[in-house]
Amino acid sequence: MRMTALRAGTLLAGLPVSGSALADWTVNMTPGVTSVSRDIYGLHMTIFWVCVVIGIVVFGVMFWSIFAHRRSKGHKPANFHEHTWVEILWTIVPFLILVAMAIPATATLLRMYDTKEADIDVKITGYQWKWHYDFLNEKFGYFSNLATPQEEIHNLANKNEHYLLQVDEPLVLPVGKKIRFLVTANDVIHSWWVPALGVKKDAIPGYINETWAEIDEPGIYRGQCTELCGKNHGFMPIVVKAVPEDEYQKWVQDKVAQAEKVRELTSKDWTKDELLARGEKAYNTTCAACHQPDGSGAPPTFPALKGSPVATGPLENHLHTVLFGVKGTPMQAFGEQLSEVDLAAIITYERNAWGNNTGDMVTPKQLLDYKQSQQ
Amino acid sequence: MSAVIDTHDTEHAHHGPAKGIRRWLFATNHKDIGTMYLVFSFTMFLLGGSMAMVIRSELFQPGLQIVEPEFFNQMTTMHGLIMVFGAVMPAFVGLANWMIPLMIGAPDMALPRMNNWSFWILPAAFALLVSTLFMDGGAPNFGWTFYAPLSTTYGPPSTTFFIFAIHMMGISSIMGGINVIATILNLRAPGMTLMKMPLFVWTWLITAFLLIAVMPVLAGVVTMMLMDIHFGTSFFNAGGGGDPVLFQHVFWFFGHPEVYIMILPAFGAVSEIIPAFSRKPLFGYASMVYAVGAIALLSFVVWAHHMFTVGMPVAGQLFFMYCTMLIAVPTGVKVFNWVATMFRGSLTFEAPMLFAVAFIILFTIGGFSGLMLAIAPADFQYHDTYFVVAHFHYVLVPGAIFGIFASAYFWLPKWTGHMYDETLAKTHFWMSFIGMNMAFFPMHFLGLAGMPRRIPDYALQFADFNMISSIGAFLFGTTQLLFLYIVVKCVRGGEKAPAKPWDGARGLEWTVPSPAPFHTFATPPEVK
Repeated sequence: MRMTALRAGTLLAGLPVSGSALADWTVNMTPGVTSVSRDIYGLHMTIFWVCVVIGIVVFGVMFWSIFAHRRSKGHKPANFHEHTWVEILWTIVPFLILVAMAIPATATLLRMYDTKEADIDVKITGYQWKWHYDFLNEKFGYFSNLATPQEEIHNLANKNEHYLLQVDEPLVLPVGKKIRFLVTANDVIHSWWVPALGVKKDAIPGYINETWAEIDEPGIYRGQCTELCGKNHGFMPIVVKAVPEDEYQKWVQDKVAQAEKVRELTSKDWTKDELLARGEKAYNTTCAACHQPDGSGAPPTFPALKGSPVATGPLENHLHTVLFGVKGTPMQAFGEQLSEVDLAAIITYERNAWGNNTGDMVTPKQLLDYKQSQQ
Repeated sequence: MSAVIDTHDTEHAHHGPAKGIRRWLFATNHKDIGTMYLVFSFTMFLLGGSMAMVIRSELFQPGLQIVEPEFFNQMTTMHGLIMVFGAVMPAFVGLANWMIPLMIGAPDMALPRMNNWSFWILPAAFALLVSTLFMDGGAPNFGWTFYAPLSTTYGPPSTTFFIFAIHMMGISSIMGGINVIATILNLRAPGMTLMKMPLFVWTWLITAFLLIAVMPVLAGVVTMMLMDIHFGTSFFNAGGGGDPVLFQHVFWFFGHPEVYIMILPAFGAVSEIIPAFSRKPLFGYASMVYAVGAIALLSFVVWAHHMFTVGMPVAGQLFFMYCTMLIAVPTGVKVFNWVATMFRGSLTFEAPMLFAVAFIILFTIGGFSGLMLAIAPADFQYHDTYFVVAHFHYVLVPGAIFGIFASAYFWLPKWTGHMYDETLAKTHFWMSFIGMNMAFFPMHFLGLAGMPRRIPDYALQFADFNMISSIGAFLFGTTQLLFLYIVVKCVRGGEKAPAKPWDGARGLEWTVPSPAPFHTFATPPEVK
């Protein structure tokens, strides 16, 4: 009730706000920051002007008829209804225009497909509903999740400037290097699109698609998933942060060190409270999109965890469900997606939150043992 | 000629329609079945339209206000399915039923009982489809293109009902298509050679061939889905050795000819209406026929332009780009011919002509954005954005739907025996025209600025155009209730319509009285 009232309130209050404060009347494609995106922009503008010119000629003749050849002005109809040469002319001329258009389009397409001799390989994997970036040469990877708070989405807080286009960890790339993207997906088809890079490629389970970009200017470039991938399709943005080469190298070293630290965390001794605190955070990032922050889920597709047989029943069953997923349902296998620490923390949290007071605790070490026993 | 028909009709006066519900349930008369198709189509148009209103209400502002993303996806899916299979296609079949026998001088459709069956499957199919909204897990939520594996492994339990509904719609369309072909090829009046047929008949003949060619492909793809869901196959599941991209190839092999199924009959209707209100014969009749044939043939070799971003080999990419660009040539020929028909005519602008002229202008705009989308490199930026949404709504709303409105106003006097209210009809036109452009034109800008399609919520820079678009959509949607009022008013009474209410109209349908008697052309007319 309160929620509805609040929503209605913001709906009304929001009316003038979005009109004035957020006015943005972008009407055209971005030229972008790669040579390919600029070529695409050039093709786009050329074909646009070709259409405009044809439109002016055709609609010009038509409007002339509409104004001059009306019966109300006493215009008597002519009786011509055939003219072979005119027909041939207006078949050939458009054909030649199209040939002229096809030549530069072919050249650009061939360039877009040339993924050879890349400096850096990044594997991009689409998940429901987040992106995973793997730096294949440096051997580390991480997830990139939507960072916009749920309160902003549900109109309980003011929306920030980058509403829905912000992530917890952006994809960091160096400028001036040819980066090859290897795009795939873990569940359904997604599509990785950053307009400023001129890159859009479908992420298809079982396929690895290749594409590339060489970014000219440092900056932050935002994009979104562009293939309907389920409930939260609109909530899996992409943020690319392009930085100079030295800054990039420093970032890579930090990430490699961080990956090492996570491995150390697994062997650390955890208290239950520490696990619960980490678990709540990890749950809200990874699980809450389907099972909801209060564990109520969205049955029947996304079952409730609150009081569920899995979260309150035998521990082993719970471990198996989270690590290996449930075949034929949207429940994914999280075993390879999350670190042992986060998996252990999430399971501990799920078994103790929302009145699921089983009192159980799973340490990262136990989890790792279970994982290995299953292989 | 008409004298012959009149005497014949009086002789057979006892063959009047059955009474009550039996008239409709057991209908074999092409006019009754045509009417049922048209009424059904308009009902579905309002239903699919109200779903569009839900979509536009949610998109009125950034943030989630009215519906949750899950339900939003169900709305976009059902809106698409209902408009394509429930509103546009049955409307054209309805027009075909009413007009093809009248235009070729046939007493009825060639296969009247099958005609009954192909109509009555439709309400059952759509009852089934719409009932999924009330099922556990909700209605299909994977878009009207239902890409696997979102629609197979990850689909809601109602997907099976959706598959069955699609099968029934397909059977209905195939039977409708066979009936149209049989009628046109066998029941033409003596002297009406193929190249003397009205263009509406020609375009429908070609559409019917498209229907029987591609509806089985759709049936095939949904059957493969059914097997994947229930019988352990892996057609579209990479984990089992299948291929999710195969789904898209098969779907679009159906899907691209499908878009021409929705537009070719409108081409035909407009080719009747433009000459009538220009008081001048259609320019380039033969080239119009060849252009429709060329478009239909090309429609089979362009399907993968819907899939430029799936990672096809570059050779495939180039082939589909060139073929797609080629379609602009015959389509251009049609537009040029219509304009040449208007040129130096004696034009008046009654409602059918207004809709037909708007059809040419706005369909051409949709054609231009189509040409832009054909340029494969640029398509990487357009694909699956609101630019695509703008494009196909420009070809389907002022294309297919305006074509249907134009036809309805053009032939309403023939169907009802009354003239419709011209002032109201013009109001309907102008409000539809303004609403439609306001709703869909800003979508071009949204797409180019980077807004993906099928999202329930969007970044703040898209707020203004979305609000304008929603207001336009509400205007367009409400206006359609006016059409309902105009038609009801016209059925119930009004100025008596003569046999030929439009002085520039040509064709056999204007030789029978208005309203057209229950049985017409029991003795075939002679065409010189």
